[in-house]
Amino acid sequence: MSIRERLSGNEAVAYAIKQINPDVMPAFPITPSTEIPQYVSTYIANGEMDTEFIHVESEHSSMSAAIGASAAGARTLTATSSCGLALMWEELYVAASDRLPVVLALVNRALSGPININADHSDSMGARDAGWIQIYAESNQEAYDNFIQAYPIAENPDVMLPVMICQDGFITSHGVENIELEADEDVKKFVGEYDPEHFLLNEKEPMAIGPYAVSNYYMESKRGQRQAMLNAKKVILEVAERFEKMTGRKYGFFEEYRLDDADYAIVIIGSAAGTAKAAIEEIRKTTGKKVGLLKIRVFRPFPEEEIAEALKNVKAVAVLDRSEMFSGTGGPLGAEVTAGLYRAGSKAEVVNYIYGLGGRDITVEDFERVYDELENMAATHEVKDNYRYIGLRERGDR
Amino acid sequence: MEKTVEIRWHGRGGQGAKTAALLLADVSFKAGKYVQGFPEYGPERMGAPITAYNRISDNKITVHSNIYDPDYVVVVDEGLLDSIDVTAGLSPEGAIVINSAKKPEELASKLRGYTGKIYTVDARKISVEALGKYFPNSPMLAAIVAVSGVMDRDQFLNEMEASYRHKFSKKPEVIEGNMNALRMTFEEVAV
Repeated sequence: MSIRERLSGNEAVAYAIKQINPDVMPAFPITPSTEIPQYVSTYIANGEMDTEFIHVESEHSSMSAAIGASAAGARTLTATSSCGLALMWEELYVAASDRLPVVLALVNRALSGPININADHSDSMGARDAGWIQIYAESNQEAYDNFIQAYPIAENPDVMLPVMICQDGFITSHGVENIELEADEDVKKFVGEYDPEHFLLNEKEPMAIGPYAVSNYYMESKRGQRQAMLNAKKVILEVAERFEKMTGRKYGFFEEYRLDDADYAIVIIGSAAGTAKAAIEEIRKTTGKKVGLLKIRVFRPFPEEEIAEALKNVKAVAVLDRSEMFSGTGGPLGAEVTAGLYRAGSKAEVVNYIYGLGGRDITVEDFERVYDELENMAATHEVKDNYRYIGLRERGDR
Repeated sequence: MEKTVEIRWHGRGGQGAKTAALLLADVSFKAGKYVQGFPEYGPERMGAPITAYNRISDNKITVHSNIYDPDYVVVVDEGLLDSIDVTAGLSPEGAIVINSAKKPEELASKLRGYTGKIYTVDARKISVEALGKYFPNSPMLAAIVAVSGVMDRDQFLNEMEASYRHKFSKKPEVIEGNMNALRMTFEEVAV
């Protein structure tokens, strides 16, 4: 039985953490994720949970401590944002290659510089090749739901990979919205106990973790990580199905919104998807134009074939990136979706937009303009500039 | 409530405009609504202008942008009228509520030709009389509830009392003062 509540995204994730009551949480504060360890510390101080909280001196240390705790066999998590994630860089790769099911509550924030505290995806997109599963949320509800699904995915013996549960800084992390919470006992039962097959403190099975791998072994180790990612696809869907049975809330690799009969589609990640949905309802009501949305939930592993299949009937696609990668040719989601469509033999016109950097707002009207531009592209079969911006001031604008 | 009601708050860092927006979300939630309450963060410092927002609806809200065409605007610090275009995008069918000892017609000239309704509430007077201290939050909250009609006044008072009882469980003596501030505001704001 769900409980009707209203919480900010940070409170929602902290609440899920309390319900799961993991073994160890090392953390270092950074805006906008600071509230998560803050709430967890309060729960611990109030005796509502007994997670061992480790105060560390940096994010480099929080991820190092998380790796140590997870290797020892403890269910482990941490939280961070932006430069905090950047400071974990080295350890992110270590956690993934050591196959440690650490969960990271990431509150997406722009990377410096210029220094900025607001939402974009440059932090997690920069870590997209680190070997972590990445799951993104549109709303506080999804941040909560995704966090509950994180450990069953990460700790599955066929996966054993760290998972990053991402939500948009301030927009969902500090925004209060309605949310349905699940009962403590249901969440505990859903997540289950962590019973690692191999762990450092097992005296019956002495082992080394993170040793040097000569060239003769390194490549196979990486191939193993890829296999874990491929296995994760099946597990993510199984866990989502089990979650739907408990809550009635359906999840997959992505959400298809009014996509069935759509001529024009937007592909996007995160909180702005909700704004796009409002634009879709408005356009369909006032003009009857068939517009739809594909909202990415799972970015790693990347569901390339499934995305191409979902977009097979559309005439034009706009892929919206909330981060730059300075290839000069577009953003990371744009590049990967375009490659997937090409490999699937898609004939749709594809365009990539950069939006929302450093918290730049995106509105219903912005989405309406994108759909107009898609319609125009499909009619003329001409994309012209396939790498554009939304909401960017040009010289002379105010 | 057929469409989503959108409210924009203007205040200064430290005055509690963000808290007031979150309180309005809270009390509307308790009245059974779908709600959003969120601040817009710039460089944070005491006294700097800040903006906070509410969406209140009978239906699920998915939009995650800021509010540019609000139905109502609340100004917690009348000094902001000189520097900020507080009525930008404000619906002429809606209203603006300003914390001020002045009469609405005295402030009209600062509102850049806004043609909708203007309300003022002397939150300082009410707060000092009811609480002995200046906390503009409770009067401004009651004022926007009165003006916007997002919920029934009695329902609002009941929910606020429950929430104060919870919030001030260790200082029950301040509950009555806060409730008085809400009631006095309802009397002062003639809608």
